[in-house]
Amino acid sequence: MSAWLRQHRRALAAAARKWLSQRATALLNALALGVALALPAGGYALLESLHGVSTHSAINPQLSVFMRTDADLAATRRLEAQLRADPRIHRVRLITRAEALASLRGTSGLADVVAALGRNPLPDTLVVTAAVSTDDALDALARELGALPGVAQTQADALWARRLAALARVGRLMLALVAGVLAVGLIAITFNTIRLQILTQRDEIEVSKLIGATDGFIQRPFLYLGLLQGISGALIALAIVWAGLALLNQEIEILARTYGSAFRVGFLSLGEAMALALIAGGLGWLGANMSVSKYLRDIEPK
Amino acid sequence: MISFSAVSKRFPGGKEALRAVTFAVPDGELQFITGHSGAGKSTLLKLIAAIERPSSGTVLVNGQNVGTLKRRAIPYLRRNLGLVFQDQKLLYDRSVYDNVMLPLAFSDHPPREAARRARAALDKVGLLERERANPIQLSGGEQQRLAIARAVVNRPSILIADEPTANLDVESAANILEIFLAFNRVGVSVLIATHDLALVERYGTRVMRLAEGRMLEAEGAA
Repeated sequence: MSAWLRQHRRALAAAARKWLSQRATALLNALALGVALALPAGGYALLESLHGVSTHSAINPQLSVFMRTDADLAATRRLEAQLRADPRIHRVRLITRAEALASLRGTSGLADVVAALGRNPLPDTLVVTAAVSTDDALDALARELGALPGVAQTQADALWARRLAALARVGRLMLALVAGVLAVGLIAITFNTIRLQILTQRDEIEVSKLIGATDGFIQRPFLYLGLLQGISGALIALAIVWAGLALLNQEIEILARTYGSAFRVGFLSLGEAMALALIAGGLGWLGANMSVSKYLRDIEPK
Repeated sequence: MISFSAVSKRFPGGKEALRAVTFAVPDGELQFITGHSGAGKSTLLKLIAAIERPSSGTVLVNGQNVGTLKRRAIPYLRRNLGLVFQDQKLLYDRSVYDNVMLPLAFSDHPPREAARRARAALDKVGLLERERANPIQLSGGEQQRLAIARAVVNRPSILIADEPTANLDVESAANILEIFLAFNRVGVSVLIATHDLALVERYGTRVMRLAEGRMLEAEGAA
């Protein structure tokens, strides 16, 4: 067991030495892999953040029921009480036209506009939080509410969230495709760098075979080299994503504030970052393995 | 123990390097193979180390049939052989010491024991004080001695050398031969291929002559 561990420790140390001895090449390789990995990693972070918004909104779908402007407030209050009794409805909040106007007046820049209007153009509004969340049930509820006496129009606020969710699904699929293609690219890059490494170490491999090194012993440092390359690529990718999101969030914050939202794109969690490093390392190992099994066999002492 | 029985080696293209060669090197013997270049000496040695496989006949090394050995088993055969080549196959990207350490890397010795063995091997060939040098800085004779140190560091029971004294002056050649004799005295079987007949006559105990792939005669007392 200790001999087995020692063999692996030596192979890892040999790979690390080799890797560090060619700093420039190693750095360029890591950069190439990092850029390739940054795209799916960054896209993932972005989509995960959007996913959070759309599911949050979809769980609590809201319907705005706008009354006709000539509707009687007492009738609207009766309607409010009636809706509260509906099991499909979680909560109802009445915003009277007077309240709505007051709120509008409080909004900076609009006070003058409101004053210029002369009369209140706003309707009474019932903000309904539905207890059902399936698309069909929501549609049915919206239709029913729209047909009630005194109701001018119903608007499902959850619609944009559903659209966002659908868009995110398309985004995720595209991301998966991109990630798949780039994974193949990563394997190809490692395959080639390991091939070059094998060729430059031709003499050492030949001598090692002559003096009784097993195939396993000879290939181990190359596999570790592939692993290290993949992991270094993942670290570069994380750095790129982190820097990219830091820049992006500055602008997003300004944009989100205008919507009264504190939305920002979250960085990958520790677990996700580690998963990225693991996957990249695994792909590097795989590429190295393919290269090794193709080229190492051909080098035989003569 | 090395034994060949009716071993032939035909290369692709039809060249017959060895024709029905039969001989044996008993344990603890020192034996020479002579012959002109192209007589098949190198091919014969390569068959022992499974670098080449025989076209027909049987090659036995310590009771193992080398010709039918599985690829996976070859490294373990070679660990029991000390191989010294005409072109020493040294690695010039590392020190003398690291060249000798190479075979110890996969032999599971604890680091301290490996270092001790490497220095012992260098000491035997008189290169201990050059351990930090790069092989490229060594003379021809010293490079050959380094190759021998690397070959014996794992204490093989059989030592095989292909033209170990080629391109060496008489004094260096004698020095190399003395080293082989010293290993033979402690029980290592030694098989040396050489075309240097003067050398063979001076030290030769058992001599085999190859010509055009055939074993001509075995001279000297056993």
